This record gives sequence, C-alpha cells and structure tokens, in this order.
Amino acid sequence: MTAVGETLGRRPGSPPRAGAAKSLGLTDRRARTLVQIGLGVAALVAMVIAGTMLAPAAELTDLTARRQPPSLAHPFGTDWLGRDMLARTLVGLRLSLAVGTLAASVSAVVALLLAAAAGALGRRVDAGVSWLVDLFLAVPHLVLLILIAFAAGRGAAGVIIAVAVTHWPSLTRLLRGEARRVAASDYVAASQRLGRSGWWVARRHLLRHLVPQFTVGLVLLFPHAILHEAALSFLGLGLSPHAPAIGIILSDAMRYLSAGAWWLAVLPGVALLAVVKAVDMVGENLRALLDPRSVHE
Amino acid sequence: MAVGLLAGRAGRLALLLVGVAVACFALMELSPVDPIDAYVGAEVTRIGPEQRALIAERFGLDEPPLVRFGLWAGRLLRGDLGTSTIYNAPVIGVIAQRFVASLALLATAWALSGLLGFGLGILAAVKRGSPVDRAIRWWAYTLASAPTFWVALLLLTTFSVTLGWTPVCCATPVGIDPADATLWQRLHHLLLPAATLSLVGIAPITLHTREQAIEILRSDFVTFARAQGEHGRGLVRHRLLRNVAVPALLLQFASLSELFGGAVLAEAVFNYPGLGQSTVQAGLRGDVPLLLGIALFTTLFVFAGNTLGDVVHGIVDPRVGSLHRGARP
Repeated sequence: MTAVGETLGRRPGSPPRAGAAKSLGLTDRRARTLVQIGLGVAALVAMVIAGTMLAPAAELTDLTARRQPPSLAHPFGTDWLGRDMLARTLVGLRLSLAVGTLAASVSAVVALLLAAAAGALGRRVDAGVSWLVDLFLAVPHLVLLILIAFAAGRGAAGVIIAVAVTHWPSLTRLLRGEARRVAASDYVAASQRLGRSGWWVARRHLLRHLVPQFTVGLVLLFPHAILHEAALSFLGLGLSPHAPAIGIILSDAMRYLSAGAWWLAVLPGVALLAVVKAVDMVGENLRALLDPRSVHE
Repeated sequence: MAVGLLAGRAGRLALLLVGVAVACFALMELSPVDPIDAYVGAEVTRIGPEQRALIAERFGLDEPPLVRFGLWAGRLLRGDLGTSTIYNAPVIGVIAQRFVASLALLATAWALSGLLGFGLGILAAVKRGSPVDRAIRWWAYTLASAPTFWVALLLLTTFSVTLGWTPVCCATPVGIDPADATLWQRLHHLLLPAATLSLVGIAPITLHTREQAIEILRSDFVTFARAQGEHGRGLVRHRLLRNVAVPALLLQFASLSELFGGAVLAEAVFNYPGLGQSTVQAGLRGDVPLLLGIALFTTLFVFAGNTLGDVVHGIVDPRVGSLHRGARP
C-alpha cells in the first residue's frame, strides 16, 4: 500500500513535491508560491498589453485570406472575413478580464459589507443576510443571470450588471462564518463592554480580520465572472454581436463548425481556459500565502 | 418530530418561493424590453395603436404594476402561470413538456458524473501523490475552468463534424416527426449533450471526494484498522466507501443548480429542445410569463434536490436518522 508510506512518511518539514519550480532550484515553498503568483500576474498583464496593441489589427479584414487554418502568419487561423483570430482572441480576452475585474470587485465588496454587518449588527441582521444568501442561491445561477440581464435590457450593461450582482452569495457565506466566529471572541466582547458601537466593532475588528479571505475570495471570483460573461454573450443575451468578446467569437464559430473550421472554436476556447487557469493559480497561491489555515494539500 | 421537520421545510420553501416570485416580478418590471414589441416581433412597424391596445388588454398589460402583481400572484396560487407569448400555450404545459425532454439529459449526466467523479476521487485519494493522483487532479482542475459551452463545441467538432459518429443537433432526427423517433435514435441524439454535462459535472465531485477520502484515510479508525492488518480493497470497501459516500451524495444532490445551468448551455449548442433552450428563448424574445414560470420551477427543482439529499443522507447514515427521531436510547 503506497498510500500508507506516503501518509506516514511525510513530516511537516520535509521538502514538498515540486514540478517546474523545482527545476528552477526553488525548493523553498514560500518562494515557489511567490514565483507562481508573479508568473500568473505577468502572463495576464502581457495578455492585456497584447490585446490593447492588437485592437486595430483585430478589425483588419483581408478577403484574400478567408477561413485559413492555423499557420505561422496566423497562429489561430483566420475567420470568414480574413481577420486574424489570434488578435481577435486577445482583444476578446482583454474585454473578458475588464468585465471580470468589475464584476468580481463589486461582488466581493458586497460580500464583505454583508458579512461584516451580519457579524456586528446582531442576530436579526445575521438572519436577514443568511436569508438573502439562500434566496440568491435558490435559483440556478444561469437562470438568475438571464433574468437580470433581461431586466437590465440585455446588451453590455445587462451582462455587466448581471455578472456583478450575482457572484457574492457564496463568498458572503464564507466571510459571514468567519465574522460570526470573530464576533463571538473575547476581545470583541471586551470592546462592546467598553461601549464601542456595532459599526466601530465592524470596522476595527471584523473588517480587518476578513481582509485575507476577502482578497483571496476576490481573485477566485474572477474565473466565475469571466466564464459567466462568456456564457451569456455566447447565448446572445450579453454583449452585442459586434463586440470582440470571447463568447461572441465562439458563438460565431459555431456557425462555421460544420464547414470544418474547427480552429475558430478550439483555439479561442483554449486561450480562455488558459486565462481562467492563470487566475486560478494566482488565487490559490495567494490563499496559501494569506490564509494558510484553509489550504488542504 | 418528523412532522415538525417537514413543516419547517415547507415553511422555508414557501418563504423562498414568495421571495423569488416578488424579486423576479420586480426584475421583469424593471426591464426596458417592451412586452408588446417582444410579442409582435418583426411585424412591429405594421401594427397600429388600436392593435397594441388590444394586445395589452389581452395580456393585462394596461393595469398598473401592483395590480398586475396581485392578479399574477392570485392566478399563481390557483396553479395558473399564464400564457407563454412565444409558444402561445399555457406556461405550465410548456414547462412540463420541455422538462420531460431535459430530464433524460439531466438524469443521465447526474448519475454518470456522480459515479465517475466518486470513483476517480477515491482512486486519487488511495494513490495520493502518485502520477495517477496528479493526472486526475490536473484533469479535474482543467475541467472546472473550462466553459461548458466550449466543451460542448469541442465534442461537437470532434464526434459530429470530423468523425460523423453522432448527430449535429436536436433530440430526434431532422425530418421525422419527433413522436415517431425510435428509442435508439433518441439515445443517439442524447449522447453528446449528456457527455458534455457529465464531463463538466465530474470535476467538483472528484475533488471533493478526494479531499474527504484523504481525511478519512488519516483518521484514527483507519490507522487502527491498518494496525490490525487490514489493507487494500478491504480497507477501501469497509472503512472508506460508506464514509465518503455520504458527503459525496449530499454534494451531488446540491449540484442540481449547476447541472441545470450546464443544461441551458449544452442544449443551446446542440439545439436540444429542453427547458434550458426555452429559458434562453424566453430571455431573447422577452417571454415574461415563461421566464417567471421557469424561475419558480427551477427554484422548486433545486430545493427538491437539497431536500432529497437530506432524506437520502438520513437513510445512508443511520446516525442522522436517529437524531431526527430525537435520539432515543
């Protein structure tokens, strides 16, 4: 039984398994975590810069080079108007990241405020917050997104609002648990006995305590927001068909699939997957750094 | 005790449904999409104000919002969800018919992803740290980051377009009356959408099972069993499976919300005529009664999943059952 030796043989201080980072000579876990965060952020920043620089190129049509499979000149091939798919993908991903940033920030701040209120303002507010979380989780997320996108009049505003206001419940639940734990602690009781108000306790004790989990939660909301924006745009309920968004690119690709233009769908999707994984990597490593208790090996 | 528990559940459900109904109705009121324009569609320039007034009267759109909510809620309590504007049929009938079509898809994907995910999770935990474990984890994390509709597109390109093994769209062959399609034809059309949903659904259950199984393999009673010489399959079967099955089942029952979301996307790609496709159509074409009906129905669906999870939990894990009965000695 290899698992036995595995479980018993590893002491806390023993060097961890490492993949690529080990070959760089990084056996120190903390250094490895930092390097992975740096790599992830650098890749994302490079992508945003490339997307900004390539924005004009993504609109260039070349009718002599329509629907070409991937080549050296066009690594992602070209579409039915001869536009370079690599440029279009990068521009689309930049848009995704912008929507994701906005949506994740709004949702994370909402989660933080609700959790702090639930922790500091007593049982009734806590019950109310919990019920609100239950209410938002009661409807399937995608149905809720469609409802809100519809309510906001579809289009760009619709998708941004929908993605921004639906991603807070799970993070709220997490932060609320933490806030309740802190609220029950002796030092908070001491503060209250000293006559501090609920808001003072929320600001000075709860919010500061929640910062690490909030930061990690913010980053980990990103992938969800990006994927949901892409899904709504793909379904036709999000960004306009002329916007260079990744969901639009993929829904266009669907029409040319039966003609054998596989690269239109496969490669932009791989790029989206890579971005989501990069953000995930940053988030998980950030968690290992800021909130080590919650990390399971 | 059981009656009290049931009453508590019903009360919570009622409160949730009221909340969902009020919130969704308010959302629909907010929408700038004009319901009459949405109903008439492309012919919008060809109708005059009198016809508009007639349509408004027929759907009760000429009343103020609060009155309309009262009317809608009143009909809702009598079991009438109104008329779908795009299918021109009662909303309840549309939902029932479409849901039955989706059910085959949902059930297959639910069972397959649950079983495969559970198996992979156990395997990864037992082989912890080995290449098998790392491969399974990498695979699960990648799938968790992959957009559902893109997975569907990939399968479609590979199996329908390139290999030609599976049909490109729909639930029955094109050109045949859906009622005449054979069981084999239906299954053939179900294959790729179900595969998409199963693939996407495997990731969370695999990772969760792995984590739980590792925890149990570390526990005192497993260490004790090992000290007594228990190992290999026996250890997995007697000590591990039942303990991990409980949280895995709960998770799987709680995943109906995600599952339905996946079905919306998979049905859109494969043009599968289920409830997910209707949801998208209702959103695109402004069918407010149908959207409201689907929101309420899917709330019930998700709630039923969670409740069933608790019931099954009580059956699988006798400790929970005795707790519910008041833990008599």
